[in-house]
Amino acid sequence: MRGWFLPVAVLLGFIFLYAPIISLVVFSFNDSRLVTVWGGFSTRWYGELLNDRQIMGAAWVSLKVAFFSATLATVIGTLGAFVLTRFSRFTGRLLLTGMITAPLVMPEVITGLSLLLLFISMELTLGWPAGRGMVTVIIAHTTFCAAFVAVIAQSRLRSMDESLEEAARDLGAGPVRVFFDVTLPVIAPALVSGWLLAFTLSLDDLVIASFVTGPGASTLPMVIFSKVRLGVSPDVNALATIIIGFVFVAVLAAGWLMRKQMSKGL
Amino acid sequence: MITGSAPWRGTAWAVGKLGLSGRTLVIAIPMLWLLVFFLAPFFVLGRISLAEAIIARPPYTPMFERGPDGSLEIIASLENYRFLLTDALYRNAYLSSIRIAAVSTIFALLIGYPMAYFIARAPEPRRSLLLLLVILPFWTSFLLRVYAWMGFLRTNGVINNMLMGMGVIDQPLVMMQTDFAVYIGIVYTYLPFMILPLYANLTKLDGALLEAASDLGASPVVTFFTVTLPLSLPGIVAGSMLVFIPAIGEYVIPALLGGPDTLMIGRVLWDEFFGSRDWPVASAVAIVMLVLVVAPIMWLQSVQNRRGAD
Repeated sequence: MRGWFLPVAVLLGFIFLYAPIISLVVFSFNDSRLVTVWGGFSTRWYGELLNDRQIMGAAWVSLKVAFFSATLATVIGTLGAFVLTRFSRFTGRLLLTGMITAPLVMPEVITGLSLLLLFISMELTLGWPAGRGMVTVIIAHTTFCAAFVAVIAQSRLRSMDESLEEAARDLGAGPVRVFFDVTLPVIAPALVSGWLLAFTLSLDDLVIASFVTGPGASTLPMVIFSKVRLGVSPDVNALATIIIGFVFVAVLAAGWLMRKQMSKGL
Repeated sequence: MITGSAPWRGTAWAVGKLGLSGRTLVIAIPMLWLLVFFLAPFFVLGRISLAEAIIARPPYTPMFERGPDGSLEIIASLENYRFLLTDALYRNAYLSSIRIAAVSTIFALLIGYPMAYFIARAPEPRRSLLLLLVILPFWTSFLLRVYAWMGFLRTNGVINNMLMGMGVIDQPLVMMQTDFAVYIGIVYTYLPFMILPLYANLTKLDGALLEAASDLGASPVVTFFTVTLPLSLPGIVAGSMLVFIPAIGEYVIPALLGGPDTLMIGRVLWDEFFGSRDWPVASAVAIVMLVLVVAPIMWLQSVQNRRGAD
């Protein structure tokens, strides 16, 4: 694989990855309603977007759901990862290992449908949750996001120097104190990336939310989906540009911070 | 130790007072959450797949019913599964999901392999940058990335306008609402999942082996096919699984880019549930799909276990 073949293939690959995103951004500044015909530079779609109550409301719902799901998923995922890496024998270890990784490969339509049917059966027999809405979406998102957090936390817990924890125990610290004073600070950066990943995944989910949500709790992807189903719409281009811009800045900043940390020798 | 920070000591004390060991509590939280919200739903799904659709709330027959003599009868039938296996629509949907997922996986491999290879061979500062460029689109919205292709593939979309402007074609190509558009959508969204395991595998490749091959007179092409490719097989398998498995159950991509005749099982399940409101059949579709997804994973696990045993 020498000569011109490889660089050309790689270049084409990156064009494939980025051309649609770039065209989305460019056409969000297009004055024409015909999304792919250039009609001059304009920011009118951004104005229309900000005045669209439905989109703004859904964005707020999505941000709240993502915040609570990511936080809960980080707690549950970290506990699961901790249990699996630090306790070598307990009843149900194999079951927990399976349950915590399986959501990673579960098709979203199955997760969504099965959770909805669970919520309905629980409502019929226990009376809770009464109806569906933000709470049920948060529960659903927490469950699948916890799997991603657990993977990240597990690899960090495995690679960390366990003699630190041992030293703390030898010096008389109880297990709770060892966890909060030694383990947690060491794995904190991994948990931050786990939280961010969970936040992104929750913000992005359409299928599971569509199944388990109820009236009045439409998330942003649900509103976007119902809009783009009917065809290309320029205000969605504007929304996409804002999201892409935000993500690019955040990821580049995170990369820069990590580089700085690494050069400090941490 | 006596002057320990107060909150942690408080928690430990409360836990001890409850007569629970802290260890049990720490295990119980993730365990209970997943038992209730991950495992239990599958039992509900399985139970409803054995029921029959009725017009009521909830819209399926109850599991237990009082018989005429007052005894409790269990109502369960495999009718829904028989229906799925005999009805051409569902059979075709399963088969075409597998076909679409397989074709997309092959394309993702063909596009992803050279990229992973190139990145793995690149010198350090450039390597991290290229890797970041591969992952970056993954962090932006999946839905919006699929949407971007709608503007690209439309009859008066970017690609057609460009080709017509250059005079390559004089009639717009029909690309939207075809299986081709679905392949592009799947390859596009899952490409990072193919590249990352391949990259992880190819960076571990021992350069000395390649040198040895070329010292012994093998051309670069021969070296690639006899040394690099066989050694990267685990990466190829892992990457292919990460594309193939989620692609089988895909809903959004066929719904936005596919035509009305693009059958995929995720879409059939969605329509069965939201359109026909037949919950028992939708549940049975989900259970069969689950088997389809679990089978390749089990196969992969057994392959890996055999490797580990060798």
